Amino acid sequence: MDQLAQQLVNGLAWGSIYALIALGYTMVYGVLRLINFAHGDVYMIGAMSAFYFAHWLGLADAPSLFGFVVVMGLAMLTCALLGALIERAAYRPLRRQPRWAMLTTAIGVSMLLEYGGQALFGPDPKFFPQLIASAPALRLGGAVVTNIDLLIFGVSLALMLGLRWLVYGTRVGMALRAVSVNVDAASLMGINVNTIIAMTFMIGSALAAAAGAMVGLRNPKIEPLMGLMPGIKAFVAAVLGGIGNFPGAVAGGLLMGVTETLVAAYISSTYRDAVAFVILIAVLLVRPAGLFGTVTVEKV
Amino acid sequence: MIRRNLPLLAVLLALWPLGLGLERVLNGYYLQIAVLIGINIILAASLNLINGVTGQFSLGHAGFLAVGAYVSAFTSLALGLTSSVLLPLPLLVGGTAAALAGLAVGVPTLRLRGDYLAIATLGFGEIIRVIILNTNAVGGARGLGGIPTLAGFGAVFACAVLCVVALWRLVYSPRGSAFFAIREDEVAAAAMGIDTTRHKILAFTIGAFWAGVAGGLLAHFIGYLHTNSFTFLRSVEIVVMVVLGGLGSLTGCILAAAILTILPEALRFGAEYRMVIYALLLIAIMLTRPSGLMGGREILPWRSWSSTPAR
Repeated sequence: MDQLAQQLVNGLAWGSIYALIALGYTMVYGVLRLINFAHGDVYMIGAMSAFYFAHWLGLADAPSLFGFVVVMGLAMLTCALLGALIERAAYRPLRRQPRWAMLTTAIGVSMLLEYGGQALFGPDPKFFPQLIASAPALRLGGAVVTNIDLLIFGVSLALMLGLRWLVYGTRVGMALRAVSVNVDAASLMGINVNTIIAMTFMIGSALAAAAGAMVGLRNPKIEPLMGLMPGIKAFVAAVLGGIGNFPGAVAGGLLMGVTETLVAAYISSTYRDAVAFVILIAVLLVRPAGLFGTVTVEKV
Repeated sequence: MIRRNLPLLAVLLALWPLGLGLERVLNGYYLQIAVLIGINIILAASLNLINGVTGQFSLGHAGFLAVGAYVSAFTSLALGLTSSVLLPLPLLVGGTAAALAGLAVGVPTLRLRGDYLAIATLGFGEIIRVIILNTNAVGGARGLGGIPTLAGFGAVFACAVLCVVALWRLVYSPRGSAFFAIREDEVAAAAMGIDTTRHKILAFTIGAFWAGVAGGLLAHFIGYLHTNSFTFLRSVEIVVMVVLGGLGSLTGCILAAAILTILPEALRFGAEYRMVIYALLLIAIMLTRPSGLMGGREILPWRSWSSTPAR
């Protein structure tokens, strides 16, 4: 029982990370109908840039919550700029081209970030500085919740609520929703589609960077290929929830994190990676547009 | 029938001594690249039938490659094959197993559309890989070694030629037009009386069969298999070949398969920046030729090859 509770806490922590990455996938998919393969690697860049900022600013030697917030903020800013750059250079020129062209450049960008990361940062794992010393913060039914877990839950929740406010409570968010419904109509209504799409990439990338920085605290080993599997799983989570659907991405991410951790703990860790997909396929067979997605009827 | 296929037969027979000759002339490194080009041509051409011609975006081709590789290797090992004359047997067994896997995956997933299909096939590819990884009879995490290396340049290119010709005949036949029709508009195709589900499953099964044959060739060329060679990235690699060639263009994806196999080797001078250059080139090519190298058209050496013009 204690173990189950502990695994649930671990699963929810990973689930929050997946959810943050999945939100970026869902946002980009909403406006561009693009599976942004490079998104998992943006998460890697987030962790890497947080690592370098921590060392450059000398915060690695003086652990503090404030230091972590500064580092995370800088990583988010870096990735926001990177996201905008990727969109401008690799995706915008292809917006009116066949969809699979953009998908292929996305794969190219993903490879560029991975191999570029290996060339730049070196292929060996780095150890993320412990900006916050891990300590048990509270006990819930026999499970130990560390302060890092609490930080992950708190930051994720704050970012999600912030995103919710942005998307549903501001004019910019209204424009974003309009673009995801119909790009051309939105453009006719005077919405600057280019700005909105660039902004979508910036927000999504910043969320992934926050996830990357927080993963650095929990699992300090970071390396240039660390974005590969979480990237795929977060995408699966986004599809599971119904791609383009914000609450769906969060629910999918949490579900993914929890089931994966439970399977690794109780069945076998080698099946861990397959289970995500088994759930996905099972859900898609029953609900072809994901848990919260709406099926659109194709018209001729 | 025989007269029509005479040139093909001649090409296949010519590959035999050519392959033996090349194996003497070329050093192992170039020969290996040549063989990998042949295997990648089969993979790209077969995925082109699914992704390019029928428009059903699959991201799980590596799964079928893995099924073919492991089943054919297992067949060879179980039967103790040592003669390369008997190579077609494990290849056929591997191809058939992959086709069955394709059928099993295709029937439930082909109801899904677009990105949902892509992600479901990706999922099946990974599931297949994890199942193999946990099957001790084929080595599991240790990998499967000691496979007789029966496949050489001749066998690989004979299969590649057979595969391309078979797919060409299929795609540019009346039935082939049905595949193109499904790609262009599934609803309209169904309205014209095309059994879309049947054709989609057919394309998927045939594509999986050839992926399985490619897997068998790979197993009998390298002699060792490990599930790490069949990850999602391998599927992506094949998809990139098809898109780069120009979706639907058989000759285009042959060209792309050759280019993308040679490119990482040709870039070896760049040392650790080699794959960075590769990625940049890939992006640059897609930005300058968004419809792929051939943009869905074919390179036609002589006209009578195709009665239906490629789009």
